[in-house]
Amino acid sequence: MNQPFPISKLGTNAVDVDIRNVDLSYGTNHVLKGIDLHIRPGEFFAFLGPSGCGKTTLLRLIAGFNQADGGEVLVGGRDVSRLPPWKRDVGMVFQSYALWPHMTVRRNVAFGLEERKVPRSEIDRRVAAALELVGLAHLADRRPSQLSGGQQQRVAVARTIAIEPKVLLLDEPLSNLDAKMRVQVRRELRDLQQRLGLTTIFVTHDQEEANTICDRIAVMNDGVVQQVGTPMELYEKPANLFVANFLGTANILPGRVVHEGGERFFDIDGGVRLPIPAQVVVPEGAKLVFRPQHASLAGHGAGDVLLPGIIVHSEFLGSTLRYVVRIGAAEVSIDTPFHSGETLHQPGTSVEISLSLRSALWLAA
Amino acid sequence: MAGATTAGRAHAPSVSSRFMRLSATPGQIALALGITVFLVLFLIVPVGTVIYVAFTEKGTGEFTLVNFLDFARTDLFIRSFWNSVYVSAMSVVVASIFALPLAYITTRFEFRGAMLIQTLGFLPLIMPPFVGAVAMLLLFGRNGTVNLLLDEWFGVKIPFMEGLNGVIFVQAVHYFPFILINLSTALRNIDRSMEEAAQNLGSSGFRLFHRIVFPLAMPGYIAGASLVFVKVFDDLATPLLLNVKDMLAPQAYLRVTSIGIADPMGYVISVVLICMSILAMWISARAMRGKDYATVQRGGGGLAKRTMRPWESALAYATVLLILLLVLAPHIGLLLLSFATIWSFSPLPDAFTLAHYGRVFGESFVYIKNTLLYASIAGLIDVVLGIAIAYLVLRTKLIGREWLDWAATAALAIPGVVLGIGYLRTFYGVQLPDGTPLATLWITIVLALAIRRLPYALRACYAALQQISVSLEEAAENLGATKMRTVRRVVLPLMAGGILAGFVTSFATAAVELSATLMLVQSNADAPLAYGLYVFMQSAAGRGPGAALGVIAVLLVALCTFASHMIIEKSQKAKGASR
Repeated sequence: MNQPFPISKLGTNAVDVDIRNVDLSYGTNHVLKGIDLHIRPGEFFAFLGPSGCGKTTLLRLIAGFNQADGGEVLVGGRDVSRLPPWKRDVGMVFQSYALWPHMTVRRNVAFGLEERKVPRSEIDRRVAAALELVGLAHLADRRPSQLSGGQQQRVAVARTIAIEPKVLLLDEPLSNLDAKMRVQVRRELRDLQQRLGLTTIFVTHDQEEANTICDRIAVMNDGVVQQVGTPMELYEKPANLFVANFLGTANILPGRVVHEGGERFFDIDGGVRLPIPAQVVVPEGAKLVFRPQHASLAGHGAGDVLLPGIIVHSEFLGSTLRYVVRIGAAEVSIDTPFHSGETLHQPGTSVEISLSLRSALWLAA
Repeated sequence: MAGATTAGRAHAPSVSSRFMRLSATPGQIALALGITVFLVLFLIVPVGTVIYVAFTEKGTGEFTLVNFLDFARTDLFIRSFWNSVYVSAMSVVVASIFALPLAYITTRFEFRGAMLIQTLGFLPLIMPPFVGAVAMLLLFGRNGTVNLLLDEWFGVKIPFMEGLNGVIFVQAVHYFPFILINLSTALRNIDRSMEEAAQNLGSSGFRLFHRIVFPLAMPGYIAGASLVFVKVFDDLATPLLLNVKDMLAPQAYLRVTSIGIADPMGYVISVVLICMSILAMWISARAMRGKDYATVQRGGGGLAKRTMRPWESALAYATVLLILLLVLAPHIGLLLLSFATIWSFSPLPDAFTLAHYGRVFGESFVYIKNTLLYASIAGLIDVVLGIAIAYLVLRTKLIGREWLDWAATAALAIPGVVLGIGYLRTFYGVQLPDGTPLATLWITIVLALAIRRLPYALRACYAALQQISVSLEEAAENLGATKMRTVRRVVLPLMAGGILAGFVTSFATAAVELSATLMLVQSNADAPLAYGLYVFMQSAAGRGPGAALGVIAVLLVALCTFASHMIIEKSQKAKGASR
């Protein structure tokens, strides 16, 4: 018990979070529609989606600030759905940090332990350890208003982990930081989470944030979980058009499947036809989806099909050149690596797009 | 013209040094000088005279502290001082007892009628406190309604209105809205996540309130409480009407009016009053410093409102009703009194009549006319000065412009009775060509009212101008409008709502002001409503007509406030639509 902070203990005791068929409405506004999620012990998990998708509502529901109309939330196998926030033992870091301005940093961090009637000597030790952990021990007697945004954020984290919560909830913790701090703080958060082994849920609308620090992501839209998976799975195998669009740039070509002489073709709206390889399954009403790097201007890459088009915009992005090309009625983005001495094709130029159909996806809705 | 448009605004570092040397346009300098002259003549000189007289020997004009020693050696003054402190402090306590539950219930719970309560809470403010005092005597006095009923049912009487108790009770009922407003605003401005973070860390119920909510609302509470303290300390008419003479403000008045304008004690007491005002404001400012707890973040909103359980709801409604009944008692009593034939030694009046209103409209109409005239002119002076000062401070680089703001705001610390004494002393010697002293003219009353209410109007104008982006003006100048025309075509229209709000605050509070005017009214023909009320209320026979006049005053102020509120609302909506 001489150890300043029982950090290692947390890791081995990490719990899972089970969200079962959770429903929530504000009046006629159906915010969460039958959410089912399982977050594994020790996992860094993200709720990712545009604003208004219900991700923050779901996080607040786990913390107990929203009551579900149906379904339940289990933390470590225990149903917490009917517990008030102060009995849940899930620590939350607020988007605004919510540091109390009338208390010093030390008093802020000690607050939760005092509420738990922890003996004074142990409070002192654990506060010191928590501040040490976030590297702010020297600022313990400052007021929150005397700290920078990044420091405030770390105090908020220290305050939450001081109570050794079963689960750590982070509500857009990086949104109030400038771009440079954001990259640094997200690495710190990831390191801290790894050291504590604490089950962590992270809410964000920024796919880059989610991709860089999370083990798995649940992409949400319109109160529904669209897909759950690792960042790479979501990027490579999006389950639907929304996920494909939300994670990275996706080119979407609408059209219809036609059968002619025993072969299948895809007629892109606007009059371009391409053959569909025999083994590919194309769902009803599907559209052709591919990433900008899965196509190139003819002569620059090895694709299976060639599509005629006209360049609409051309942009120099440093390591790559991006062309926006009109194919039929749609416009697609094509990225090609920039080679020294190369010049941009001007808008209006007719080109052929070489597309790798093996990397392309057929997604309905 | 190019020079004229850039000279006043040297905020860009690239502005050439030729313009840096010029701090303002000639017009702006003239404006600033005009305001300075006004403030010096009607605020600084009178107050300075009061302080000067207090510190100089009578006759010789040499510096002395003898007057203050005399003050300290006179039992009556020392007792008056402590009585004033006691009454002010207790008024704060009692007012807090009224305000705390109302503020808490209406801001923290889903409570039907929350808006109504907040509105009703303002009602006491639009009536001079001493008017309520008479009604309170009839309801809570030794032989008032409540005590007669208590005596009949339980055989006990409670001395609500005896001596200092009466002053405390009346003042608390009258001034509690200051605490209610400030505390409610403070509570509403606490970000919800502040509370949620505490809950998330295991706090709830009373501990949550005690450790997080109340400390965060504390600055607002102190602001309200110190305001109540100052107002009660400075109030003159309420103790006088309740026949309590051993308090400081009444003593100052009595010394000057009964012993004479040359007696130094009135001035010494005035200096003590100013010091107490400044002390209370300093404490309030200290409490607020570095504690800008208005923490509402984007997407935040105030504390979460909770739905009450049935028993909580019943309890809350009972509490609110009781308090409202108590604080509206003066109005109810006044209304009854204005229709009563005889009301004495009985719970309710014997019979009802309209005669008092007839009398008031007949012979006392001059009071109403005077009040409308004085309060309107005072309000007008205040907004004109308010706009000018706000503009000079916020939009020019004029050297020393903050001094205008400070000087105008300093009026807050000057009790009405002190200003009145200062005006008398300063302007009695100034004679008009026909030989009448300047102090006896009704315009003196208007000027005193204007100075007293200037800080409120100034704040309103300041806030209104602060909300207007400078780029809107720069756009106008860029398109060829001069400074003057930019102010007229862009700034003033956008400030309209704030200007009107400032005018109404000045007007409504000036209409019921008495502390300063009691000193300055020289003839009945020049007297405003509050003075007429005071005269009526002093005799038993005058109470009926006095009450009728009081009701009219309340209705008048309420009507004006409501009308301007509607106008502001409408113009705000129109602006919102065109955006």
